[in-house]
Amino acid sequence: MKLSGKAWKFGTDIDTDAIIPARYLNTSDPKELAKHCMEDADPEFPQKVSPGDIIVAETNFGCGSSREHAPIAIKAAGVSCVVAASFARIFYRNAFNMGLLILESPEASTDIVTGDELEIDLTAGTIFNKSRNLHYKAQPVPVFMQELVAAGGLIPYVMKRLSSSE
Amino acid sequence: MGMTITEKILADHAGLDRVEPGELIEVDVDFSLANDITAPIAIDRFRQAGAEKIYDAERVALVPDHFVPNKDIESAAQCQLLREFAAEHKLPHFFEVGRMGIEHALLPEQGLVLPGDVVVGADSHTCTYGGLGAFATGVGSTDLAAVMITGRTWFRVPQSMKFVYHGNLRPWVTGKDLILYTIGQIGVDGARYRAMELTGPVIAELSMDQRLTMANMAIEAGAKNGIIAPDECTRAFVEKRAQRTYKFYQSDDDALYEQIISYDVSKIEPQVALPHSPANSQPVSSLGKIPIDQVVIGSCTNGRLEDLRAAAEILKDRRIAPGVRCLIIPATQAIYRQAMDEGLFAIFLEAEAAISTPTCGPCLGGHMGILAAGEKAVATTNRNFVGRMGHPESEVYLASPAVAAASAVLGRIASPEELA
Repeated sequence: MKLSGKAWKFGTDIDTDAIIPARYLNTSDPKELAKHCMEDADPEFPQKVSPGDIIVAETNFGCGSSREHAPIAIKAAGVSCVVAASFARIFYRNAFNMGLLILESPEASTDIVTGDELEIDLTAGTIFNKSRNLHYKAQPVPVFMQELVAAGGLIPYVMKRLSSSE
Repeated sequence: MGMTITEKILADHAGLDRVEPGELIEVDVDFSLANDITAPIAIDRFRQAGAEKIYDAERVALVPDHFVPNKDIESAAQCQLLREFAAEHKLPHFFEVGRMGIEHALLPEQGLVLPGDVVVGADSHTCTYGGLGAFATGVGSTDLAAVMITGRTWFRVPQSMKFVYHGNLRPWVTGKDLILYTIGQIGVDGARYRAMELTGPVIAELSMDQRLTMANMAIEAGAKNGIIAPDECTRAFVEKRAQRTYKFYQSDDDALYEQIISYDVSKIEPQVALPHSPANSQPVSSLGKIPIDQVVIGSCTNGRLEDLRAAAEILKDRRIAPGVRCLIIPATQAIYRQAMDEGLFAIFLEAEAAISTPTCGPCLGGHMGILAAGEKAVATTNRNFVGRMGHPESEVYLASPAVAAASAVLGRIASPEELA
């Protein structure tokens, strides 16, 4: 599976309060959460982001709380993938469970800047920076994990498999 | 080769003789929990999956604690959903306002989470129960829904990092200062994916309240779990309240650690973590005069009885500085009652502090003490990220209850030593 989009660059230790501040957690409605996605890191992000765009960050993306509202907000904002040097463990698990694609690539995370046009091949684990004609290696996403994301997350994926085995 | 306490608990719950770091295993879960923020999504997933029954109603707790007493109509609806789901599934451990507490103070107090358990909670501070010698970790709502249905979950066995604390504690240095210092040394991802095993003669002498404080903040170093081997202190705490059987595990002498780090605590002063990271910890004496607007003493980190006693010791016969609001939030109804019976409330009220019913409230910028732009707070909570307690331009300084109380009296960040 391949995807392409424009990069939005963030730094290290982007925490879940930056991704979706707790003051908005009186709902789990994806549309409402998307309106405040990354607000405390970049107040204009919800207005600027376009469908298919890619968030690129440095180490420990998603540290802090276990709130699944964080990957929900990013996905509902239209972001197709998050690329980071590393992810916090609860966020990593939540992202796949929610159907948000994430990719580890230390070299891409330090090189990419906001505005770069990226093309990602998930199976091969490669990122192509079209704006500057550069290639980066990433941890490939196994096919079953791609299917899990395509199904919309863990629960729809399990239900789909149950119904196909009946 | 021996095993660590974390590996032994996980192996037993996976039905295996031994496990190795990096191994993927499926384990039986002894207890699971969710709150008013995370349970609504878990309930939605539970229903979406077509599930009709919880694997064991005795082993799931729903604790509305974050935005209670209901802060607005939306929060009220979230709590209503929990209440209805708890009634539908006859959950005995649904804790209503008036009977509740902050989940990570409440569940140990009630004897619902125990040494040797595997506990998963849809809240990152679930790692608190490591203070009892349990393997406890935070998960998202979807993982929690799967546990509610099956009673099982999967883990990658973490590498263990051993922290050894030795030497003599200086005056006013508590478990909170030790864990802030440790996070300051290793960073907010210093133990990412790892088990933090907290050991040494200093830990052996720590009270259960302080052990829970230390394990509570393992997540702030990125850890999967924090854990303290159970001992006589643990036994004294659990034997009078345990609602199930429990088991004490110990690490083998020849267990393998990825890293062993020793700290001489005699060199550690009371700590303050500056905005906007729990890893920005500094000795309180090095900070100069930083004026403050608010103090919060409470939370799953430091809202227990010993914390309130420490605050009262400082606030006795003193007044909160003009221009400062001091909020004291006992973490459970039982702690509230005990603090009142001991006369702590009289001390707090004489000092002109406000006392709140149990709630997570201001810790995560929910309600009951939100900061305006430019305001600064000293809090005994666990996170000081941008916007954590309110406006993105407000600031939170993390500290122990004693430092927080001394700061409230002096109107600036201060050491209790300054009041001696």
